[in-house]
Amino acid sequence: MNLLEVQHLKKYYATHKAVDDISFNIAQGSIFGLLGPNGAGKTTLLRMITGIFYPDSGNILLNGRHFDPMNDLQAIGYMPEERGLYKKMPVAEQVLYLAQLKGLDKKTANARIRHWFDKFEMNAWAHKKVDELSKGMQQKVQFISTILHEPKLLILDEPFSGLDPINSNLLKQEIFNLSKNGTTIIFSTHRMEQVEEICDHIMLVNKGHKILDGSVKQIRQDFKQGLFRIGVGVMPNAAQMATWHFTIVSVDDHSFTLKLNPDSTTNDILMHFIRQEIPVTYFEEILPSINEVFISQVQLTENVAATA
Amino acid sequence: MNKIYLIIQREFLSRVRKRSFLIVTLLVPLAFAAMIIIPAVLAGNSNSSTKVAVVDKSGIFKGQFQDSRNTYFKFISDQHPDSLKRHYADQGYSGVLLIPEIDLERPSGFEYYSDAQASIALEHTITNNLNSVIERKRMEINGIDKAKLDAIRADVTVEFKDSKDEKKGSSAASFILGYASGFTMYFMLLLFGTSVMRGVMEEKVNRIAEVMISSVRPFQLMMGKITGIAAVGLLQFLIWGVLLFLLSMAMPLFMSPEAIQTANQAGSNAEMAEAMQKFSFVLGKINWALFIGCFIFYFLGGYLFYSSLYAAVGSLANEDASDIQQMTLPLTAPIIISSIILVRAVADPTSPLAVWASIIPFSSPLVMMARIPAGVPGTVPYWQLLLSMLVLIGGFIASTWIAGRIYRTGILMYGKKITLKEATRWIFSKS
Repeated sequence: MNLLEVQHLKKYYATHKAVDDISFNIAQGSIFGLLGPNGAGKTTLLRMITGIFYPDSGNILLNGRHFDPMNDLQAIGYMPEERGLYKKMPVAEQVLYLAQLKGLDKKTANARIRHWFDKFEMNAWAHKKVDELSKGMQQKVQFISTILHEPKLLILDEPFSGLDPINSNLLKQEIFNLSKNGTTIIFSTHRMEQVEEICDHIMLVNKGHKILDGSVKQIRQDFKQGLFRIGVGVMPNAAQMATWHFTIVSVDDHSFTLKLNPDSTTNDILMHFIRQEIPVTYFEEILPSINEVFISQVQLTENVAATA
Repeated sequence: MNKIYLIIQREFLSRVRKRSFLIVTLLVPLAFAAMIIIPAVLAGNSNSSTKVAVVDKSGIFKGQFQDSRNTYFKFISDQHPDSLKRHYADQGYSGVLLIPEIDLERPSGFEYYSDAQASIALEHTITNNLNSVIERKRMEINGIDKAKLDAIRADVTVEFKDSKDEKKGSSAASFILGYASGFTMYFMLLLFGTSVMRGVMEEKVNRIAEVMISSVRPFQLMMGKITGIAAVGLLQFLIWGVLLFLLSMAMPLFMSPEAIQTANQAGSNAEMAEAMQKFSFVLGKINWALFIGCFIFYFLGGYLFYSSLYAAVGSLANEDASDIQQMTLPLTAPIIISSIILVRAVADPTSPLAVWASIIPFSSPLVMMARIPAGVPGTVPYWQLLLSMLVLIGGFIASTWIAGRIYRTGILMYGKKITLKEATRWIFSKS
C-alpha cells in the first residue's frame, strides 16, 4: 500500500519552474531516496509534501486521502537540510516544545525524551543550551525532535552531514529500526553510497523534472552496460585474448574488465578462457553504481537542455 | 489554538526569564526618578555664583540692585570701563554691566560684556533689576506712592474647571501627563517593535523557522511571537505601575517643597515649571480608570499595528543584518513624526492637526494619549475617541494581514537580497 502518492505536482516561481509535473508513489514502510543536484527542486518538493508550500497544481495523497496541511502535519516529521534550533534554549526544553507543537502532551513527550536521551547518551546535556553543544550533538537533538511524535512519514534532508562515523552508524541503525516498525522515510541526499546502502527505492530529479524512478536493484540493472570482470591465475598474452565475443576495457593485475559484445553471452566469454586454457579465478558482472547512474543521467539532461 | 498558546508561552517565558528583563524593568523607573530628582539636587547644591561688575555712569542705580541667590552685583567707580572690560575676569567677576547716562523717559544703551554666554536666568535678573529701578524713579517723579501701588496691585489665580463635572481640571497636569504617556508610548512602540523584529530575524537566520513552519502555520508563528512579547510589555507596565506608585508615595521623603521649586526653576520651560507645582495636587483628580484603560488599549493597538509590520521586515532579513537598517526606516519614520506631532498636540489638543493625527492609526497611539489627559469628553469628544479606536482596530487588522502575507514568504526565502518592492508584490500574490 502506498503511504504517499504525488500526482502531477507543479510549483512555478516567477523566474523558473522549481517543480514541473512530478508524480511518484512511496510504499508504506519503505525508505525512499530523493536524489538530485543542487537546485533540482528537491527542497521545493519536500516543502510541498510537508505543507510548508502549497503546490500550484497537482495532488498529494497521504494514506489515500488528500493531504491537508492543517491536520496532517502531525503525521509528518521533517528534518530540513539546514538545521534549526533556538540557540539559547535548553536542549530538553526545546525538544519538548517542538514535540508539543506536533500535538504531543507533556507527559508522553517527557517520557519519550528520557527514552531517546538514554539511547543517545545525551542525559548530561539535557539542560545545557543548544549553542553549548557540538555540531554532531545538535544534529542528534534535531533528529530526536523530528521523530519524537512518531510520524508516519519521516523526511530527512541530508541527515548525516556533520556526523562522525560512529554517530552516523548510530543514526543509520535508528533509521532502519524506524523503517522496520512501519515508518515511511524520504531520504534526500547527495551521498550516493548511503543511498545504495539505505534506500529501497529512489527517484532522481533535475531541473524540476523526474528523470528516473525505481528500486535501487532495478535501476542498476537498467543501466548496466554489459561489463564483466574476470580474474585469471596466469596473465595471458595478447593473441590468447583475441575474440569477437568481447572487447577489453581495462587490464589490471590478474584481472580484466571486459565489455560483452551484443550477440554473445557470458558463457561465450567463459568458454573462450577455458579453450585458451587460461585459469579463471573469478567472474562477475559489473553493475553501475547509483553514483554513476546519477552523474550520467544528470549530464544527459544537462546536454538535452543545452541543445534544446 | 493550543499551538499558538505554546508559542506565546515560549516567547513570554524566554524573555521574562532573562536577567536583562529584570534589569531593564527595574532600571527604567529609576531612570525616570533620576530625571526628576537629579536636576533638583543639582540646582539645590549649585555652588556656582555670578559676580557682576557694574559701571554706572548715570548714578541712579547704585545700591538699588537686589542680589539674588547666585548673582551678586558690585558697583565700581574707580576703574575705567575699558580697562575693566579687559580685566574683569582677573578681579573675579563673571562680566561687566555698563550703564550709560540715560534719559528716564527713553532708557537705552545698557551693555553687558562677558566671554561666556550669559544664561537666561542672568539676563532675567539684570533686566528685572534695571526695570524696577527705573520704574521706581519714574513713580517718584510722577508722585506715585510705591506702598500704595503695591496695595492696589492684584494677584489672583483662576481655577480652571471642567464644565461637565465639578472636578478641578488643570492644563498643566494634563500637559505633563500627556507628554509622559505620549513619550512612554513612543519608546514602547519602538522598543517592542524592534524586539519582535529581532525575534523574527533570529528565527530566520538560525533556520528554526523551517522546522517551525512544518509544525504550525506561519501566521500562528508570527502572531504567537507578537502576542508573547505584548504579554512581556504588559507585565512590565504592571511592575512599573506598582514601582512608580511606591516611588511617588516615597517622593515627599526625598524632596521638600523648596527642592521641587528649584527643580522647576532649573527647567527652562516656564510652563513646565508652573505645571510641576500644580501637578501633585491635580494628579488625584484625573479619571485614572479611563486614562489607564486608554493607555493599555492604545499600547496594544499601536503595538499590534506596528509590530506586525516589524515582523514582516524581520522576515526579509538575511545573514547580513545591516540591510535591515534601511528597511526599518518606513516604520521608524512615522513613529518619530508622530512624536513631533505629539509635542504640538500637548500644547494645543484641539487643533486640527492634533485631532486628525489622533485618528490616523500611524500616529493615534501617541497623539491620542497626549490629548486624553486634557479631558474626555471635554477636549476629546467621545465620537473622536471611538472613531480613533475603531480606525486603530481596523488598522492593525489590515497591517497584520499585510504583514502575514509578506512574512510567510520572507521567512523561508534564503540566499538572496529581498527588496521592499519585491516584498510588496507578495502582498497581492495568490497563495
